[in-house]
Amino acid sequence: MAWRLRLAPEKTSIDFFRHQWITFGGSMLLMLAAFLFWGTEGLNYGIDFKGGTTLRTDSTQPIDVGAYRQAMEGQPVGDVVITEVFDPSFRADQHVAMIRLSSVEADQAVSENELSAVKAALLKLDPAIKFVSEETVGPKVSGELVYTSILAMAVTSIGIMLYIWMRFEWQFALGGVLALLHDVFITVGIFAFFQIKFDLTIVAALLTILGYSINDTVVVFDRLRENLVKYKTMPLRDVMNLSVNETLSRTLMTSITTLIAVGSMMVFGGDVIRGFSFAIFMGVLLGTYSSVYVAKNIVLMIGLDRSEKPKNGKPSDHEFANIDA
Amino acid sequence: MLYSPLWKRLLILALCAWGIVASLPNLFYTEVEAHNDAAIAIAANAGVATTEQTADLAKWPSFMPSALVNLGLDLRGGAHLLAEVQVADVYAQRIDSLWPDVRDALRDARDQVGAVRRMPSVPGVLRVSIGNADGMATAVAAVQALATPVVSLTGVGQKDLEVTTEGQEIVVQLSEPERVATDTRTMQQSLEIIRRRVDAVGTREPTIQREGTDRILIQVPGLGSAAELKAIIGTTAKLTFNTVVGRTTNPAADPGPRNSLLASSDEKDVYYIVADEPVVSGEELTDAQPSFDQNSRPAVSFKFNVSGARKFGEYTSANIGQPFAIVLDDKVISAPTIQSAIQGGSGIITGNFTLEESTNLAVLLRAGALPAKMNFLEERTIGPELGQDSIDAGKTAAIIGMVAVSLFMLASYGLFGLFANIALVINMALIFAVLSSIGGTLTLPGIAGIVLTIGMAVDANVLVYERIREELRIHKTTARAIEIGYERAMSAIIDANITTLITAAVLFFLGAGPVRGFAVALGIGIVTSVFTALLVTRLIIEVWFNWRKPSEIVV
Repeated sequence: MAWRLRLAPEKTSIDFFRHQWITFGGSMLLMLAAFLFWGTEGLNYGIDFKGGTTLRTDSTQPIDVGAYRQAMEGQPVGDVVITEVFDPSFRADQHVAMIRLSSVEADQAVSENELSAVKAALLKLDPAIKFVSEETVGPKVSGELVYTSILAMAVTSIGIMLYIWMRFEWQFALGGVLALLHDVFITVGIFAFFQIKFDLTIVAALLTILGYSINDTVVVFDRLRENLVKYKTMPLRDVMNLSVNETLSRTLMTSITTLIAVGSMMVFGGDVIRGFSFAIFMGVLLGTYSSVYVAKNIVLMIGLDRSEKPKNGKPSDHEFANIDA
Repeated sequence: MLYSPLWKRLLILALCAWGIVASLPNLFYTEVEAHNDAAIAIAANAGVATTEQTADLAKWPSFMPSALVNLGLDLRGGAHLLAEVQVADVYAQRIDSLWPDVRDALRDARDQVGAVRRMPSVPGVLRVSIGNADGMATAVAAVQALATPVVSLTGVGQKDLEVTTEGQEIVVQLSEPERVATDTRTMQQSLEIIRRRVDAVGTREPTIQREGTDRILIQVPGLGSAAELKAIIGTTAKLTFNTVVGRTTNPAADPGPRNSLLASSDEKDVYYIVADEPVVSGEELTDAQPSFDQNSRPAVSFKFNVSGARKFGEYTSANIGQPFAIVLDDKVISAPTIQSAIQGGSGIITGNFTLEESTNLAVLLRAGALPAKMNFLEERTIGPELGQDSIDAGKTAAIIGMVAVSLFMLASYGLFGLFANIALVINMALIFAVLSSIGGTLTLPGIAGIVLTIGMAVDANVLVYERIREELRIHKTTARAIEIGYERAMSAIIDANITTLITAAVLFFLGAGPVRGFAVALGIGIVTSVFTALLVTRLIIEVWFNWRKPSEIVV
């Protein structure tokens, strides 16, 4: 037998419900904590959602954030947030800072004059500065983007739910989507906890997490569907354990390959996309966990109708009565 | 025995071959781009090529496909603007220009309606009070007679004006269907004019498209900054020639009814009182070119169309010795005195122009005035350096990710891992081939989407291989195990990928810009990865199996 890298032994019979008060309960607790941070700390919204202007500066001179801040004082702008950016892909003499500005007047975009005053002040401090990107989002658009993002989340969740309902049963649809929301909310909680910039690409990442995580869950459900037909008298809990054990090797393999790819993006892909890669990385971790420990628990709690008896003279309409697998 | 029909094998091979050939140009991006640019330039020049262009053309063989993936603004650098057109401006203009007609119509019925007076009102609404309240019905009928049918597909049979009464006043405004029709026209005109202006500056592949009801998205790769773009498209360029009533230095002077106080653009603290009704407007220009005046200062020469020339000729011959104002976007750029009647309809605009200003003004006048003002909701400038850094970082990440995943697959599945890796490479080629041929745009999140696909693409293979392992354990024959492995894994693969496809679709329809690029990359990646994982690896395994005829296999 040739050597193979194995992430899981050939045959496992782990009882995934054994510590469900720790695993499932822990998940629920984490979700609660995520909501708590979200509610109290709030998210560090980027200009996409808050409106305002960001400047990205690139200089051969080292950056003194204090001096930058001082240069901003007396300039005709509102709040200024300056952060230095570090990245392994930068050259040795590449020093990058992100500067976020808001207008003096509330609910107004930063004007041309305000912006050029700020740029002039920075150039006076360090003539080597180049402004490599400049983005301004007005308050009107930022409000809409919040709405569109929430809409996108809702539409995706409902779409996925409908599809799973069609292919499986409503209990699966509910369990699957609740597991998804678990992944997304905890990821958002992490962003709130660490105050990582939350912009439009993060929403795209959250949507991707929806797609990835359901992918994982569906594979477990698929096996469960098959086994429900095969073992008609086995208790639901045992069929679920069997199905998760049988697919465990695949679940781990896919998570690892995806994590390798996304991890490489996170480390080497540059700072512009780091928040995005980080969100997907967390989502993949959580998605793997939730498809093993969350989704099926919800299905078990709701319970499945596995009877084959026709109801009211009509043939049973649910999936497992008449499946041809 | 494992066997698929010949046509199926050929089809799979043909698709793979197409993928590799069609994605090749992207590996030689700069060369192919130079080739394409040269080809376009030569075609535009009726087949005549310079030596430089011939050299560029030779950089890429013309029998090869030359479609490239478009790079998004975040990778190429450039300017992005989201503008909101103030469509309501047009209503106000329409209603204002209606007033003389309303006045004349009511004057004809003076004996019944009494004295007619225009009352102050919000823009877009005309309020007229009449002296004799008993004549209201006659007055309304007279005003309604001015309405014409709406010209649009949805508003058939409806009038363009809505006439109501409020006490002694008649209230006239545009009807709802007319507003819709006007909005559509305003947007089309704005789009057309912006396109002409951007094209006149001569940048490559600008994106100018309507977003929603009243917005326009403008993306110009390679342009220095959004401010520059705004200067080109932000000016309304509404040119009029007006009668000058007076000249003052008092910014608070009362211009009197139907006159306006306008600042001079080059003289400080000088204001002109100018009649609102223009003599001729910029719409009647047929041409405008940068030129020089007698003193060799930059100027703009212009030419009117026939009716403009006639109006201008009549006006100048009747007003010799009087000044008239050349007004651009509510500023008087010059107020020359009429020396003699100007017949023939051509003239010259002088002002304190720099050469660049006169050139820009000529471009703006030629392209025409925007029908309404624009507000800029979103402005983004991405420097080309940042874009290049992002491309480099994305490339590194993709290569490292791909090598690491390949090694991992090799370690986990041996020979079968190698098969999956071959499929992975073909998958990458196919993604780029599809993106290039549909003219898709690659953005930074799009690169992330492709990297994510690398990780997820092997998933379908993992599902199949794990299933084959299971089948082998229950002592199926090797060929049977492979066959059942593919069969049984199918439903999981399909379900898992359709759900991800749903996400990609939502991202595409609701996302904008870079996020949309991500959705496209993800969506294409899903389809091609299912194809390569299910069909390509299967074909490879079949060929290998029939060649080696192994009695047992280790997956």
